[in-house]
Amino acid sequence: MQGVPGMIARRLVQLLPVMVVSTFVVFSLVYLMPGDPAIAIAGEYASDERIAEIRAIYGFDRPMILQYFTWLGNVVTGDLGRSLFSYEQVSRLIIDRMPHTLLLVLYALVIGALIGIPLGILAATRQGTTLDKVITSIASLGVAVPNFWLGIILVATFALSLRWFPATGATSIFEDPGRAIYFMTLPALALSTSVIAVLARQVRSALLEVLNSQHIRTLRAKGLSSGSILWKHGLRNVAATMLTITGLQVNQLFSGAVILEAVFAIPGLGSLITYSALNKDFPIVQGVALVLVVFVILVNLLVDVLNAILDPRVAAST
Amino acid sequence: MTSAQTPTQRPAAREGLPPPIRFNLWTWMRSDKRAAISLAYLSLLLLCAVLAPVIAPYAPNQQNLMNMLAPPSWEHWLGTDDLGRDTLSRLIYGSYNALYAAFLAVGIAVVIGVPVGVFIGFVGGWIDEVVSRVIDGVLAFPPLVLAVAVTGALGIGLTNAMIAVGLAFAPVLARTMRAQTLVVKNALYVEAATGFGASRPHLITRHILPNAIQPVIVEVTLMLAVALLAEAGLSFLSLGVQPPEASWGGMLARAYHYVEMAPAQMYAPGFAILFTALAFNTLGESMRVLLDPTMKRR
Repeated sequence: MQGVPGMIARRLVQLLPVMVVSTFVVFSLVYLMPGDPAIAIAGEYASDERIAEIRAIYGFDRPMILQYFTWLGNVVTGDLGRSLFSYEQVSRLIIDRMPHTLLLVLYALVIGALIGIPLGILAATRQGTTLDKVITSIASLGVAVPNFWLGIILVATFALSLRWFPATGATSIFEDPGRAIYFMTLPALALSTSVIAVLARQVRSALLEVLNSQHIRTLRAKGLSSGSILWKHGLRNVAATMLTITGLQVNQLFSGAVILEAVFAIPGLGSLITYSALNKDFPIVQGVALVLVVFVILVNLLVDVLNAILDPRVAAST
Repeated sequence: MTSAQTPTQRPAAREGLPPPIRFNLWTWMRSDKRAAISLAYLSLLLLCAVLAPVIAPYAPNQQNLMNMLAPPSWEHWLGTDDLGRDTLSRLIYGSYNALYAAFLAVGIAVVIGVPVGVFIGFVGGWIDEVVSRVIDGVLAFPPLVLAVAVTGALGIGLTNAMIAVGLAFAPVLARTMRAQTLVVKNALYVEAATGFGASRPHLITRHILPNAIQPVIVEVTLMLAVALLAEAGLSFLSLGVQPPEASWGGMLARAYHYVEMAPAQMYAPGFAILFTALAFNTLGESMRVLLDPTMKRR
């Protein structure tokens, strides 16, 4: 097969082993527990019936590889098990909480792009000036700042002192989209710092590479204005950079969301997995880890496909 | 013949060759102020961490319920926390946990990632194919999500949390090391050594590893910053350092709780994390330029 469909087919085949590995990692989490996993989950003082019940839920008495396939079979049909404590369906919990996390991550990406790309363009077009140095320094700060600390500062400043935004909490995007976005502004801002930093840096260096290339020099020699060179020829490359960064960053954004959801008391997947890990509610921990890793893999697939559509050379080479 | 080879004759043998390249810390530091400042700061921090019992003005867990959430004063330079404990002392003791955590996590990543990367790069074939897919599979996880899940399984606490972070980082190093090994493996000097009958272990340890490790050194330095941030984050979520032990992330969690009563408490731990992460990053970037001077233009 040729072109984009062929590329998608090849990618899917490549993704299969990756999916097997990541699902196996999620599955084997319970085996990392020291001692008998059934007792570790149930707790030291659990009754024998409870331990037997957990052993039955997980099927610890059967060979590990069989357990994996049984578990995978359930997962593929959408059955992620039930919480060990509240007996709620894990899939239900995840579906309820997913929108908050996705909104947070998407919002942070948008803010990151709106601030990071212009900063990168400014720095590249004014290379070597003070402005360039300031932007480069901001980018260095952006990757080193702990985003949950930034979140706390934002709460102290814009929620507690100025009272422009609510300090914590979230509203469902389906009930009241405007309010949901309003509630998510401070967390998204805190989460966006690394995107801003990475985008500013990458856009700057990608743009510098183009602007210093032969074909731009030719255009300049032919008398084209700097503006039209930048907008028509330079920025075409920025789109690809933005896409690739999104693919690379989605991983980091979910990582950041885990902590920021704790800071802002957002009932998303991050706070769900933290709470469940602290309480050893393993079906939930596994479910959330699984959903997030599959999501990351699919986003990267999407990025590859979009890159291939934008640039046919990519489709041919992969 | 061997006894006749006196030291005075040796330089003659090198005649016509460029002088040997020697790494000189002093020259590097003088030519790169940012790296110098970063290294000085990190050395000072290490000193603080090791000498914490000597230099900290108070014991880290010494409570004074009569003096809670006090603003900075002569007695308590950075004020006190919600249990009346001296913030400066806790910051100093916290530096030990921060550095211990960063080095432990990255150490685990190096011990697993580097040998695996060299090995699969060297042998290639189906082993490389299989292990590379495993690496891809682990790298697909958001690192902190994997760390939270693994910490939950291993048991909550700083060491387990950092083992989890190290496991999440190892594939990153393995991937870099593999790529470098593939480049170095086909170099002429490796071919020459093979021609002279060098054994595989000799090839790997004497020729491939020393020449492939450079980018990994840079990556490891940058990774220390990420590990530090991960420790702070996990301790903030109370999955890492357990109270009453001092950690910067844990201090931020408490400070956040009382942010309306004592807003000043949230600054010191945050700046400590920021500066330390910044120092590791700056040092890493400087090393990258040092090892590959063409990077300087970027």
